[in-house]
Amino acid sequence: MSARNPDHGGNDVVLAARNIAKTYGSVHALKGVNFEVHRGQITTLFGENGAGKSTLMKILSGVIQPSSGEIILDGKPVVFASASQAREHGISIIHQELSLAPNMNVRDNIFMGREITTATGVDFAEEERQTRLLLEELEEDIDPLTPVENLRLGQQQIVEIARALSVNSRILIMDEPTSALSATEVEVLFKVIRDLTAKGVSIVYISHHLEEALQITNHAVVLRDGNMTAYAERKDIDLEWIVRNMVGENFDLGSPPTGHTIGDVALSIEDLSVPDAAGVGYNVVDRLSLAVKSGEVVCIYGLMGAGRTELLETVAGRLKPSSGRVVLKGREVTGNSIASCIASGLVLVPEDRQRDGLVQTMTVGRNLSLASIGAFLRGVFTSVSREMSLINEAIAKVHIKTDGGTAPIGSLSGGNQQKVVIGKMLATEPEVILLDEPSRGIDIGAKAEVFKLLAERARQGLAVVYTTSEVGECLSIAHRIIVMRRGRISAEFGPDVTKEQIMAASGESVGTH
Amino acid sequence: MSVTTTTDSKKTAKPAKPKKGLIELLFEGRAFFALIAIVVTFSLMSPNYFTISNFLIMASHVAIFGLLAIGMLLVILNGGIDLSVGSTLGLSGVIAGFLMQGVMLPQIGVILYPSVWVVVVLTCLFGALVGAVNGVLIAYLKVPAFVATLGVLYVARGVALLMTNGLTYNNLSGRPELGNTGFDWLGFNRLGGVPIGVIVLATFAVVCAILLTRTAFGRWLYSSGGNERAAELSGVPVKRVKIIVYVLSGICAAAAGLVLSSQLTSAGPTAGTTYELTAIAAVVIGGAALTGGRGTVVGTMLGAFVIGFLSDGLVIIGVSAYWQTVFTGTVIVMAVLLNSIRYGRRI
Repeated sequence: MSARNPDHGGNDVVLAARNIAKTYGSVHALKGVNFEVHRGQITTLFGENGAGKSTLMKILSGVIQPSSGEIILDGKPVVFASASQAREHGISIIHQELSLAPNMNVRDNIFMGREITTATGVDFAEEERQTRLLLEELEEDIDPLTPVENLRLGQQQIVEIARALSVNSRILIMDEPTSALSATEVEVLFKVIRDLTAKGVSIVYISHHLEEALQITNHAVVLRDGNMTAYAERKDIDLEWIVRNMVGENFDLGSPPTGHTIGDVALSIEDLSVPDAAGVGYNVVDRLSLAVKSGEVVCIYGLMGAGRTELLETVAGRLKPSSGRVVLKGREVTGNSIASCIASGLVLVPEDRQRDGLVQTMTVGRNLSLASIGAFLRGVFTSVSREMSLINEAIAKVHIKTDGGTAPIGSLSGGNQQKVVIGKMLATEPEVILLDEPSRGIDIGAKAEVFKLLAERARQGLAVVYTTSEVGECLSIAHRIIVMRRGRISAEFGPDVTKEQIMAASGESVGTH
Repeated sequence: MSVTTTTDSKKTAKPAKPKKGLIELLFEGRAFFALIAIVVTFSLMSPNYFTISNFLIMASHVAIFGLLAIGMLLVILNGGIDLSVGSTLGLSGVIAGFLMQGVMLPQIGVILYPSVWVVVVLTCLFGALVGAVNGVLIAYLKVPAFVATLGVLYVARGVALLMTNGLTYNNLSGRPELGNTGFDWLGFNRLGGVPIGVIVLATFAVVCAILLTRTAFGRWLYSSGGNERAAELSGVPVKRVKIIVYVLSGICAAAAGLVLSSQLTSAGPTAGTTYELTAIAAVVIGGAALTGGRGTVVGTMLGAFVIGFLSDGLVIIGVSAYWQTVFTGTVIVMAVLLNSIRYGRRI
């Protein structure tokens, strides 16, 4: 996979990465990427999760340092020891999660950490004047004294941009800037971006919304597995070209398990609606119905914010639905507590294993036995021998590489930690297992093992539902692929679907407007 | 170095598992070695220190805040804090004193003199009630533990002062003709030479240790203190666990109040002021993490004895009370320092 070197030779290249590589232990996040940013133009980075986009952005903005390779700014090699050094060189990054203080006003946010001071303290009048100028330049009618929490998300995004411009940024890196914006806000943002490029500011843009990014970009760079796989100018390419280069040939993640009989409906979700946590009135899951049979593997694909996590958490009893029913093996379990869902055989493996999956202060064994304490009680006391056999069985069944049940949980690799979370829920002997992004943050080998494990259990009659945001993982062990979009099922496919069809249904590359 | 991937993944686990080095051992048993050091030092400095009778006297001093520390350990394992135990101790003593004086029922013109066992049970129930208030405030009304128990600290102390009008119940011995004698049994009597207070402490400690290590509740407590979200998603009733730990802490405080007022045969409304801080110190010296999820009963008991034996030792060798405060503070800071070295790397 040799990358075509985007060598234009022209003097319009302001920032270039040369053979940038980054390794974390034995994981190669980037494997020698070449990449250029042109003055006053927009360069978009495409790639699936884990392709190395964020790592590259963090290196360009000085948040982390590359393991090898160099960054060339205006023809001269530079080394950024920190994000603030990069900012001094005119490179700013706007993260997906905005870094504004919501309790403070626009003016104070823009000058946060570099207040204009005089002998008598902060010169608020001067700060306010400069803020007004900046916002005028961006043609955004926001009062500098408005608290940021009162602004719409799109306006907050503009404030972030204003802050970047206030330090004279020449290169602006934007990570998924539109993911939380409405269509009209996206239009406003795009206008701001075009005005900025007209003034000579260079933009590095990252987005999962391929169509949207194609509307605005001048150059496209595609990353896959830490390599730059393709580069082209906008005029030479189309959507299909990007998808083809993004997805590429994937590691074999298995195929749908066969040779067993698919049983009756194990889990039935009927017209389920879940209100938004902030209570702003719309439903994150909107009258969704789905039936999963014993022995069946169902994959739910969708973009961020499609409502996958909320759907699974509601079914498993963590969130309360506003309407609809969840029926497990003919018994209604709607609104039951998590504990009673586990007891009746419906379990959830959460998305964020550090935050929701593992107890870091406990050993591997105690994490594994946590959800099935009732199984090794003898009277009111826990039985050490029964617990040991339960733990050893779980370690063997999900193939965890560990020094034994007494090893600290932090000693395991990410993939093995994920297997502990899955093993913990499997130890409760469930009928239905829901897994929210089971492959997140684990390497490809561990992914294949996790999928193989799930396929094995499906063959024994377990109903498996997993979500993913990597299209390649839909086409592995799933008998059925459900695509979610804005809280509803937008399409349903069999295992012989193409990646392009799945992406199209998710809204990742909506047809032409 | 290892070559295969299997050993590679195990490599990071190595330092924790195999035979512990001397430094690791000293580190693990730091509270124990501190206690040994204290005993040896004071024994060399005073001939009166290393005697059975002195150890028993010191142990009955330790009993009071040892009981508080056991309750505090449960709360701290849950990731919370209970500042109200000192006040609950004082108020429980006052309630016991009040009951011992006889309860007047003006409507029917009767004065009830509950027997000592009834007083003990009612007082412990009262401690449980105070704990339940803390628990509900924290678990269901989402008041931060620090603030909720700080509020209860003031309210309980205020109620104790109101009930006694600032005075002390002096006569707790009861009268034989009323059948309510024996309150001083808790504080003065001995079983096989051991003060009852110490036996109460030992009983509470053993029950609590079994609760923590051998019951489902213990596992729920360690897991919800270590990661409440993960515990909840594993089916642990985290809210119920939270309420129970504060209830147990309240019962421990009431028991400590009974032992103290029995030792003094009087119940003052200001008894136990700042004892909550001593209890927290004992738990911390015992190696528990204030962030929750780590700590043991044995450690906490060692912590309580370190504080008690240190301050009594200083009294015996004649060091001024002001210096005692300085020494106790130094020990606490050193303990926290060691804890942060121990746990700091991981989190």
